[in-house]
Amino acid sequence: MGTMMDLDQSLVELRQTFRSRRTRSLEWRKSQLQAILQLLRKKEDKIFNALHQDLGKHPIEVYRDEIGVVEKSINHALSCLEKWMGPKKTRLPLVFFPASAQVLPEPLGLVLIFVSWNFPFSLAMDPLIGAISAGNVVVLKPSEHAPATSSLLSETIPLFLDSKAIKVIEGGAEVCEQLLQKKWDKIFFTGSQRVGRLIMSAAANHLTPVTLELGGKCPVILDSLSNLSEIKLAVKRIVGGKWGSCNGQACIAVDYVLVEDRFASVLINSLQRTIEKFYGKTLDEYQNLSRVVNKHHFNRLRSLLDDPLVAASIVYGGSWDEEKLMIQPTILLNPPLNSELMTEEIFGPLLPIITVDKIEESIDFINSMPKPLVIYALTKNEAFKKRILSETSSGTVTFNDILIQFLCDALPFGGVGPSGFGRYHGKYSFDTFSHEKAVLQRSYWFELEARYPPWNDFKLKFLRLTYKFDYFGLILLMLGLKK
Amino acid sequence: MAEEKKKKIFNSESAHALVSELRKTFNTGKTKSYEWRVSQLKNLQKLIEEHEKEIIEALQTDLAKPEAEIHVGEIGMLKSSLKTTLKQLRNWMMPEKVKTSMTTFPSSAEILPEPLGVTLVISPWNYPILLSIDPMIGAIAAGNVVVLKPSEVAPASSSFLAKYLGEYMDSSAIRVVEGAVPETIALLEQKWDKIFYTGSGRIGRIVMSAAAKHLTPVVLELGGKCPVIVDSDINLQVATRRIIGGKWACNNGQACVSADYIITTKEFAPKLIGSLKHEIEACFGTNPIESKDIARIINSNHFDRLSKLLDDEKVSGKIVYGGKRDKSCLRIAPTILLDVPEDSLIMNEEIFGPLLPILMVDKIEDSFALVTSKEKPLAAYLFTNKNKLKDEFVSTISAGATVINEVTIHLAVHTLPFGGVGESGTGSYHGKFSFDAFSHKKAVLYRSFAGDASVRYPPYSNGKVRMLKALINGSILGIILALFKLSKD
Repeated sequence: MGTMMDLDQSLVELRQTFRSRRTRSLEWRKSQLQAILQLLRKKEDKIFNALHQDLGKHPIEVYRDEIGVVEKSINHALSCLEKWMGPKKTRLPLVFFPASAQVLPEPLGLVLIFVSWNFPFSLAMDPLIGAISAGNVVVLKPSEHAPATSSLLSETIPLFLDSKAIKVIEGGAEVCEQLLQKKWDKIFFTGSQRVGRLIMSAAANHLTPVTLELGGKCPVILDSLSNLSEIKLAVKRIVGGKWGSCNGQACIAVDYVLVEDRFASVLINSLQRTIEKFYGKTLDEYQNLSRVVNKHHFNRLRSLLDDPLVAASIVYGGSWDEEKLMIQPTILLNPPLNSELMTEEIFGPLLPIITVDKIEESIDFINSMPKPLVIYALTKNEAFKKRILSETSSGTVTFNDILIQFLCDALPFGGVGPSGFGRYHGKYSFDTFSHEKAVLQRSYWFELEARYPPWNDFKLKFLRLTYKFDYFGLILLMLGLKK
Repeated sequence: MAEEKKKKIFNSESAHALVSELRKTFNTGKTKSYEWRVSQLKNLQKLIEEHEKEIIEALQTDLAKPEAEIHVGEIGMLKSSLKTTLKQLRNWMMPEKVKTSMTTFPSSAEILPEPLGVTLVISPWNYPILLSIDPMIGAIAAGNVVVLKPSEVAPASSSFLAKYLGEYMDSSAIRVVEGAVPETIALLEQKWDKIFYTGSGRIGRIVMSAAAKHLTPVVLELGGKCPVIVDSDINLQVATRRIIGGKWACNNGQACVSADYIITTKEFAPKLIGSLKHEIEACFGTNPIESKDIARIINSNHFDRLSKLLDDEKVSGKIVYGGKRDKSCLRIAPTILLDVPEDSLIMNEEIFGPLLPILMVDKIEDSFALVTSKEKPLAAYLFTNKNKLKDEFVSTISAGATVINEVTIHLAVHTLPFGGVGESGTGSYHGKFSFDAFSHKKAVLYRSFAGDASVRYPPYSNGKVRMLKALINGSILGIILALFKLSKD
């Protein structure tokens, strides 16, 4: 597949399907969501294999981050869909009587979803669930950097879903360019800022609305904790939040940690012990760690350590295995702030620790960097929490845990500033692929003469009072009692 | 001295310096406080109250807008918007608590609105005061700093805004940049946290392209051809007056939500045209081109554009009413054309003027296919008493808004989002939607150190898998069962 004509034909077919209104019915949407559930159940082994091939993910990681989250999203959507689809009545000021007003969600039409390589299955399915729930037709473009998952999606989706409404188009940069030349009703993109700009520029030609789920450097502010068990737990969460999900290659992974100088060595020791407990001690032993996705990113990460000042700041780890595409979980203490390690999103298993005199200084530090997708703050100080919330800006703030906000369907998931715009998860997924249409209905009786020319003083007074919603004044005017 | 000031060029450097200055102000945190926001909104109220005369003068200079239209369409709307915002602001600023599920138990969560930062509002010439200040109300209410770039095509209004916003507002946070294309380009090169643009689709594309370089989110309030479908089973007089209210009494058709064209049945068309002629004269007199109760065409460019639509040979012989033009006073009479061809110029661009084409169909239901064959408009209107037709209209036609038995008044309903879809735009505002358009809704999750599930961490085991499955699916029963099985491991 890959010719322009094939693409055009597919798009014609998808638009025809959309015009037929088949995707509007609750039944169709539910049937597609249930079909995805079937796909998850029947092809579970194939999913595990594909993710192991593409990223070396452990099946539990796959279940937790790719299959389980999708199941949860579908179940949530199935139970709420009818409610989401219904119109929302809105209040009307009395002056419009008699009238009724409501907001009615409707599908945007033909949707394009770009998937990133780090969660190549769930970041395809989760947006797809939103697009289907909202009644759209979809083209899914999986990442070519996760080829096994891309093939899996391309083979299995047509087996389970309505292939005249949902299509998978595989390919690399060339295919992306071709896709971006077409007119879409919505584009949903997960990936880097650089490509995000290209997508939005292309979308501008057709005034296509976009949702951009980008990245950034997600910091952890680690405040002093009162007892050893809390410290241990905090460290477990940091380790799990850095290396436990795709080995740091996640937009919401811990990028770096801010901690007071006096706790640095305790932290480093604790991190070391936990890393070794979870994953092992040497490159040969490592279990439960995804690998770096490909040579390009491997080289990128390794070269971050080339800077001699950066290399000098390594306090744990630092070794690598090019053949296995593995880099040891590495901790660095106060690397230079102008190094690429500290100016670019790391997206890998390197963890800088930046020390400050007082933990409150983290706020200024974070504000000196671009707004991230998430700020993690491990603290019990309520005043400090309030300051973090009001003095910093990020897509999300999570207190005393890491990554888990991803599972909370009631919270919108998205960035701000360079970390992106738009959001999804739960009802936000439905909304992001919908147009909320205003609907106003009136009838013919109770017509107000004053609305029409020819204009005169009386009508002017009337209109002024109407706009103030000054009903009493209006009555007086009509009775001839208002001057 | 004044001459020198006027000649000062506003270029890329000036724009950069302006944005830096405003960003400094924003970073002080001053604009986030409730008190600051309220003070600025109240200053806007004062400005409008104390300079109503000047507003009317400016709009009459730019557009010869009748005073009643100014009160309804510009001043009244702004006063009502300010009143609503001041009343509701505290509520809007409060965090919204949300329910969390078993999956993240124990936890609590909320959504916290915060300002985006440095925002740019670019406004058009047709409602130059309303469409400058209304978006600014949203930006200020949400705690942002704002730069306004009013349209140079409405110069008296632009001067008014520059002068009085300069006098009444906190100039360390709110500024006006007057100018034309070069100044707009200089502004668009900068990094904004939000751009709010009202205008044409052509410029909308340029704005979005510029925004893409900095990943700046945008609201684009564009236009389109807003159709009015007229069924036969209606109160003809009321419907006709409402159509007139939404066309010639609405900035002379120069509004993004004006009735652009009509679709009705072949059978009903003559009755409708008769009614329109009668009611137009009741509103504007026997020689409507001379009526002071209609705004004029904004300038000679648009006059020429509209003339071209009438001179198109495809519509020759189709004029059934009006057609008079007077370039010297930039007026074209309310003009009705009947049965113009689909490929005529007038049916292929947004008219934005006093020309009203009427298309005819055999059955009124055929009008829907006609509307959906075109780009999605900002609004679609239907006059009918038949419930089935109403339902089909709402479910078939995609538009920013679908309105039944009325034209344009949905703008005044602050509980409805006002915005387009497809070619008619993206994003929405009015009422709380304005506040939301200029806010980032930050998700906040509160967890504690109590109750950690060791299943989250490696080394992994079968028991952990079962527990994990149950936790992710929020299934209490599953968790209990898994706990049992876990304890047996």
